Amino acid sequence: MEYILIFITAIFVNNIVLSQFLGICPFLGVSKKVETAMGMGAAVAFVLTLSTIVTYIIQRFVLEAFGLEYLQTIAFILVIAALVQLVEIILKKVSPALYQALGVFLPLITTNCCILGVTILVIQKQYDLLTGVVYAFSTALGFALALIVFAGIREQLAMVNIPKGMKGMSIALVTAGLLAMAFMGFSGVDRGIASLLGVG
Amino acid sequence: MNNFKVLMNGIVRENPTFVLLLGMCPTLGTTSSAINGMGMGLATMFVLICSNVVISSIKNLVPDMVRIPIFVVVIASFVSLLQMLMQAYTPDLYAKLGLFIPLIVVNCILLGRAEAFAAKNTPLPSFFDGLGMGLGFTIALTLLGGVREFLGTGKLFNIEIMPEQCGMLIFVLAPGAFIVLGFLIAIVNRLKKINS
Repeated sequence: MEYILIFITAIFVNNIVLSQFLGICPFLGVSKKVETAMGMGAAVAFVLTLSTIVTYIIQRFVLEAFGLEYLQTIAFILVIAALVQLVEIILKKVSPALYQALGVFLPLITTNCCILGVTILVIQKQYDLLTGVVYAFSTALGFALALIVFAGIREQLAMVNIPKGMKGMSIALVTAGLLAMAFMGFSGVDRGIASLLGVG
Repeated sequence: MNNFKVLMNGIVRENPTFVLLLGMCPTLGTTSSAINGMGMGLATMFVLICSNVVISSIKNLVPDMVRIPIFVVVIASFVSLLQMLMQAYTPDLYAKLGLFIPLIVVNCILLGRAEAFAAKNTPLPSFFDGLGMGLGFTIALTLLGGVREFLGTGKLFNIEIMPEQCGMLIFVLAPGAFIVLGFLIAIVNRLKKINS
């Protein structure tokens, strides 16, 4: 039951982009077309879930076992960078079609702060592995949702006559602000669901 | 003279926030007040100066193929150092900035400057580049934080300027960050046009 709560909270209530400000760079950078937004969303979901599992294992069985918690930041960023490379190589061999679809986005993901952010959050919130994976996957879905909605709006925006100074990033940010305002409408939904399900 | 030019380049002509649009996550995430914005800016500046100086000193020892991972490790080491220093001396600020301190590692400004400047220059100009970019980032974050704090709560640096009831809370919350930054960038674009 609590998995449902985590799922809905991570996608709508605490949306990673619009209320926690992680992963803003790809959110603003690759949101000009809905298609690329979908590709980026899928790539993030894939890498985020995988890296949550790997970093969780490293944290529990290497860093904590040897009392090296202070190396967390360095260890995690290296793991994520290596993992992204590995995924790229494996995908190329195993599934060229998927590689074609996600390939361009994979190198960009290493510096996507929502990956490092979520892996650290999973440790900070003291989730167990399964809860952490559910959390990571639903966060990635929230990221994809925000990205695709935003890309849809920006496609329409390209056809509108905008004041000169506001063109480009400026109007995109204001639009994102309005979108964030819309997502604020979900606040409190998590508590409603929690009482409905009888958890928390 | 040359170093002065490098310094000003970071603050004005290539301001990382308003012109290059780098490092957007901490820019939006930590600027709910002027002090938080300034703290985040200074923390980033510390890491930026240190990593710039170290990377420009070791650039000849690093093989070209593996330079990016090595740069990342240098940056991550300084971020870990910063985390420990902040935990020890400014625990309040550390608690407020939270997750965004370890996330300095993936701030595009750091790797961007390492690649674009420190890997091609000697330590002294790299120091000034780090200082300039860091100051530019700090000024931008303080400005954004100040505008949001003033519009949201009527205060500036925690000093009351207008009664709190006049504040529009939305500016302290998430949507305000996007909207204020959007308009600040529009103003900067306008100023650039007048200048040129």
